[in-house]
Amino acid sequence: MNTYWKFGAIVAVIIGVLAWLAMGGVTESKTYYKEIKEVKQMGDHAQSEKLRVNGYVEQGSIVRDGAQVSFVLHQTPGMLQKDPVRLAVVYSGIDPLPDTFKDNAQALADGRLGQDGVFHASKVQAKCASKYEAKPQMKTEAKPLTQARS
Amino acid sequence: MENIGALSILLAFCFAIYAVVASVTGRLKKNSFLIVSGQRAVYSVWLLLTVAAGLLIYSLLKGDFRLAYVAAHTDSSMKTIYKFTAWWGGQEGSLLLWSWLLATYSAIVVFMNRRKFRDMMPWVTSVLMTTEAFFLTLIAFVLSPFGVLQAGRGNIVEGVGQGLNPLLQYWTMVIHPPMLYLGYVGFTVPFAFAMGSLITRQPGDAWIHTTRRWTIVTWLFQSAGILLGQGWAYAVLGWGGYWAWDPVENASLLPWITATAFLHSVMMQEKKGMMKVWNMVLISGTFFLCIFGTFLTRSGVVSSVHAFAQSPIGKYFVIFLAVGIAATVILILERLKYLKSEARLESVISRESSFMFNNLILVASCFAVLWGTMFPVISEAVTGEKISVDAPFFNRINIPIGLALIFLTGIGPLIAWRRSSLESLKRAFLIPTIAGVALMALLAILGAYEHPFALVSFGLCMFVTATIVSEFWKGASAIRVKNGIGFIPAAIELTHRNTRRYGGYLVHMGIVFMFIGYTGAAFNQDITKEVAPGGNTDVGHYNLHIANIEQGENDTYAWQRLAVDVSRNGSALGTLYPERRLYKASQQPTSEVSIRRRLNEDFYINFAGLSADNKRAVIQAYVFPLVSWIWIGFWVLAFGTIVCLIPNKVRLSYARTQVVGVAEKHATVEN
Repeated sequence: MNTYWKFGAIVAVIIGVLAWLAMGGVTESKTYYKEIKEVKQMGDHAQSEKLRVNGYVEQGSIVRDGAQVSFVLHQTPGMLQKDPVRLAVVYSGIDPLPDTFKDNAQALADGRLGQDGVFHASKVQAKCASKYEAKPQMKTEAKPLTQARS
Repeated sequence: MENIGALSILLAFCFAIYAVVASVTGRLKKNSFLIVSGQRAVYSVWLLLTVAAGLLIYSLLKGDFRLAYVAAHTDSSMKTIYKFTAWWGGQEGSLLLWSWLLATYSAIVVFMNRRKFRDMMPWVTSVLMTTEAFFLTLIAFVLSPFGVLQAGRGNIVEGVGQGLNPLLQYWTMVIHPPMLYLGYVGFTVPFAFAMGSLITRQPGDAWIHTTRRWTIVTWLFQSAGILLGQGWAYAVLGWGGYWAWDPVENASLLPWITATAFLHSVMMQEKKGMMKVWNMVLISGTFFLCIFGTFLTRSGVVSSVHAFAQSPIGKYFVIFLAVGIAATVILILERLKYLKSEARLESVISRESSFMFNNLILVASCFAVLWGTMFPVISEAVTGEKISVDAPFFNRINIPIGLALIFLTGIGPLIAWRRSSLESLKRAFLIPTIAGVALMALLAILGAYEHPFALVSFGLCMFVTATIVSEFWKGASAIRVKNGIGFIPAAIELTHRNTRRYGGYLVHMGIVFMFIGYTGAAFNQDITKEVAPGGNTDVGHYNLHIANIEQGENDTYAWQRLAVDVSRNGSALGTLYPERRLYKASQQPTSEVSIRRRLNEDFYINFAGLSADNKRAVIQAYVFPLVSWIWIGFWVLAFGTIVCLIPNKVRLSYARTQVVGVAEKHATVEN
């Protein structure tokens, strides 16, 4: 039985250490998913947490300036400057922006909201709505017929 | 023609259901005609799906743009090979690939084992065909690969199609998905045998012996799939990363981890009759993680850069997983008494316990990755807020786990079964420990102390390498002296005598090489700069001179190319040509990075685009130390795995602890 106690103790230590690491990891890297609307409503609270914001890139808003790239995200696709639900984003991460990141693409920006109301992204992911498979409800003109052979 | 394809899928679905019903009824009623007809139904499923797949491929190659799938994933200007690979470029096609592979595996399994295990095989067949029927439900009723565009109904429209995502038009992407699928699908076979063995109350481990090769081959496919994915990400995505802990990547890693644990813990069952329940749990876990992985990739439940859209198939997966897991758990609990351990753990310092720690750590890692991947879903369910965790979380847990694992890789194979004396430990590990510590000291002096994890990793890699080399050295030296042959022939002879053991060492060596490659990432260097033609910039000890920017176009895409002269310490190393392309069909830009690959480090340059005034090129240049060792490690791993599959020169038999009255009732093998 002694062996099993020793074994159990080692297992407990290993699991304990891993759980501790996991807790630390969560605190360090947790990111809240927010919509642009919600970010606006969060007020000062928005500046204290890491956020991940989902939106559509405004046509013609992408501006490169050295290593920095700025652009504007909208809640809904195809909106122009008039749309009030918009978020100015500045990206200054190390990794190059993905090739799928372009006008009208759906993008996810990770980062923090600055004092100035500009979102400082450290990571940007993008899916290009036209290229990857469209969401089912968006397949309007290209609606596949099911094999109704009745 | 699309009607024939869809009809084949529908018929295959019916035959799969029939195979399940016939096998189970035949088995219960002891009606061998029904059992045989169930087996034939399996072959029919394969035949029908081959017809369906053949038709889809034909439509893709011919460019039949009436079909929604063909129009969405090919265009007429694509190379033939990419038209072919569009088979798995999208949701419907890849589900067809899944089904076809499973049908192929099932047909082979049934054909090879139809005369053996007469009591178990009908159950194996029914488990395989139940899974098959599930996937066929998806492509027969929910997402048909043969859907016709409304515009194309009745007449053939002239179209060009939208083209395959150009990012996927790269050689590793040609084989990455099928490799991964061969892995995913393959674990259905050992799972089916495990279940068959449980249902028929087989006390022995016939299922393990029978499926050992399946498991190893499948594991190799999955490793290849993951590594090809890494190779693709490294060479195509433009930031030189090979792993980002993205949900889809994690989905492929999860079953790989449990399968690795399984490959190790079956040895405990084969040699000691221990961990029987655990093995059942691991193989079931692996199977369900494979299904879960397909679910993650295919349903869009967590957002991913791999961006497969939300689709209606998620709920089907949830139902299948829930029912399958519940059934498996109940079955294992019900049969617990047939899975009693035949030996006990005798010492903490023993081969047994090293296997257990290896398993514990692997499963912990799997759990952590699963937890992190599903964190948004879990947190939303619990707190109502969707929270995600990313790379720092995964790294924080998995770096220590990786180090512990590599340590066990060195310890495990050399430590004695049952218990180990201090004396024998000293004999086995003194030199490797000295080698590892010496390397760490040397690297620390050279300045690597700033990266403690990297330092430990290199030390452990040295330690493991020394243990493996010493194993080959000891064995081969003995043979060399006895047979009077050279060292290399002696090492080959040694490996041939016990391919599992020495093949396993080679696999471990491959893993060590991969760890060396991963550790190199601690020393990466990068810059992002705008440079006008004629300008210079530096990264690390490299100097870059931008010679010129060229542009042009062909049928498929328009391109801009940079010529960059690279030199180091004043000596020219050649010119690299990173390129940007804009694909016409999809209006998708891509970057074609240029890499100077060397064993010590890669020099990697990406042309990110032009500056706002169109006069300067935005370049991103990186130095990636040791990254080539990841790919080298993979080839060593693959070679070692193949060695494991070669039969031994002389059949070895192991003395095994047996409990009277249990081990006698081994599976009846009829010939």
